[in-house]
Amino acid sequence: MTLYRNLTIKQKQIVWAWAFLALPVLFYTIIRFYPTGTAFVISFQNWNLLGSRTWAGLENYRELWNDPVFWKVFKNTFAYLLIGTPVSLVLSFIIAYHLDKLRFMHSFLRMLYFLPFMTSAVAMAWVWRWFYQGVPIGLFNNILASFGIAQIEFLNSTTNALPAVLAPAIWAGLGFQVIIFMAGLRAIPTSYYEAAKIDGVGWATVLTQITLPLLKPTMVFIVVFSSIGFLRIFDHVFNMTTNNPGGPLNATKPLVLMIYDTAFNGFNMGYAAAQTVVLFTILLVVSLIQLRLLRSE
Amino acid sequence: MTATDIRPTTDAVLNIRAKPKPRNMGQIIRWLLLFLGGIAMVMPIAYMISTSLKWPHEVYNVNLIPEEPTLENYTYVLEDGRFYMWFINSIIIATLTTISNLLFDSLVGYTLCKFKFPGRQIVFIAILSTLMIPTEMLVIPWYLMSQSLGWLDSYWGIMFPGLMTAFGTFLMKQFFESVPDDFIEAARIDGLNEFQIWWTVAMPLVKPALAALAIFVFLGNWTAFLWPLIVTNSVEMYTIPVGLSGFGDEADVAWELIMTGAAISTIPTLVVFLIFQRFIIRGVVMAGLKG
Repeated sequence: MTLYRNLTIKQKQIVWAWAFLALPVLFYTIIRFYPTGTAFVISFQNWNLLGSRTWAGLENYRELWNDPVFWKVFKNTFAYLLIGTPVSLVLSFIIAYHLDKLRFMHSFLRMLYFLPFMTSAVAMAWVWRWFYQGVPIGLFNNILASFGIAQIEFLNSTTNALPAVLAPAIWAGLGFQVIIFMAGLRAIPTSYYEAAKIDGVGWATVLTQITLPLLKPTMVFIVVFSSIGFLRIFDHVFNMTTNNPGGPLNATKPLVLMIYDTAFNGFNMGYAAAQTVVLFTILLVVSLIQLRLLRSE
Repeated sequence: MTATDIRPTTDAVLNIRAKPKPRNMGQIIRWLLLFLGGIAMVMPIAYMISTSLKWPHEVYNVNLIPEEPTLENYTYVLEDGRFYMWFINSIIIATLTTISNLLFDSLVGYTLCKFKFPGRQIVFIAILSTLMIPTEMLVIPWYLMSQSLGWLDSYWGIMFPGLMTAFGTFLMKQFFESVPDDFIEAARIDGLNEFQIWWTVAMPLVKPALAALAIFVFLGNWTAFLWPLIVTNSVEMYTIPVGLSGFGDEADVAWELIMTGAAISTIPTLVVFLIFQRFIIRGVVMAGLKG
């Protein structure tokens, strides 16, 4: 204690700071950094969890490169990203843009759009899965049937299954993006719009010359945030295809599901770790590209 | 706010900016379309709840309002006992994780914001860099760690990866920036120690941020699926999403019972949202813009 009392104020601050940080630093080291290193190391090993770990060099990566399932999964993962991100960006912008111009029952409408964000992905995946069933079970096909329209195979079709699985993922995230867009729209000073009005500028010009350019930071955030979400899609796919995860014929299987399968059904830890390294690289590259593209100009 | 300051603010989103316009045709059509879109958005939730209240013979009718509403499905599902168990598990896990995040994220955020000490920048960048590491990459090492330490299939095993988050730390750091250094200095002169200053002076000033963080962490853990799925083996340890997933997959489970399970896992968060709507939307914007 005397030792502490003899310290200067500055030194005392350092002691306190590190006392506060001790446990968190330990946590981040053991629970974040060490496992990250482990994942990289395991990706260069052969290990089925029971036997011994042996070095495999680049064998897991070579196997991945030659695995047709991996390329299918790779394509699916980017399909989720390349459909999901633009669709949700455009939809949420349109909703926010118009909602911003309304007064009547404004907060009620906002609530309707935001409500899906508060649901759990697993629960809603099962609801949508039920919607997608054939006659006489599924809601969508029952509605189609009542109009005398031909049935649509949703989850059993290799072409329709991916968009069908993606739809609830877009649906659930839309409310969040609408709210963020609305905050962005509100931040544009009204004086800009008033000036445009005095100049007699049409709404299309206002939209493309004022609103959209000033919303750029908001869009960067939404695009990066939703891209990461779509690249990591898992809950929806897993729950909508539990009878044949990622099916039919791997048509819906994203990378995270392949990782889960390889690691916890196949117990091929080295191969799965190599897949996680690929996921890590994809996420890193995609976010860097997007930040660069959208931020600078 | 000056004319050049176009950073979004958290409260602006709650205030309606549009001036009352003459009720022209365009506005009415805009309202109607947005209303229909909004109704479409809540349809899946509405059908989930409606189906959970239907008798088996009515389940496949497309009508939204049940002809003879019944709580039979809820009685059945709750008497089964498992959902009750999973619900309790989820509540305990989400609550403890939230408390841990509120304490540690704010403590770290505060330290990084208000203390000058060697290594500050390194710690900050190190924590921030963990945002780039996807959970999916860590689940395999976490599983191996849990296996060798005997953490599999326990509350601790489900919780430990989320006890602190870089997102929360960063969010809290941003908010502590708004706490004036003079307040802290004054408290120091009054003889409070650094822990007391953090707890009694700084923390009360960032309550809105703490609330926003609490919402995010709780919701995130309530709906978390991948890690709880991996780390739990026994039915007694499942969380609600893991339990529901397995329940739906059982042979011969009727859709109305699955919808009931889904409703049980969703209704609590919906009710919380409906009560604290303004507050939660503000929190979402805060976390979204500053986090």
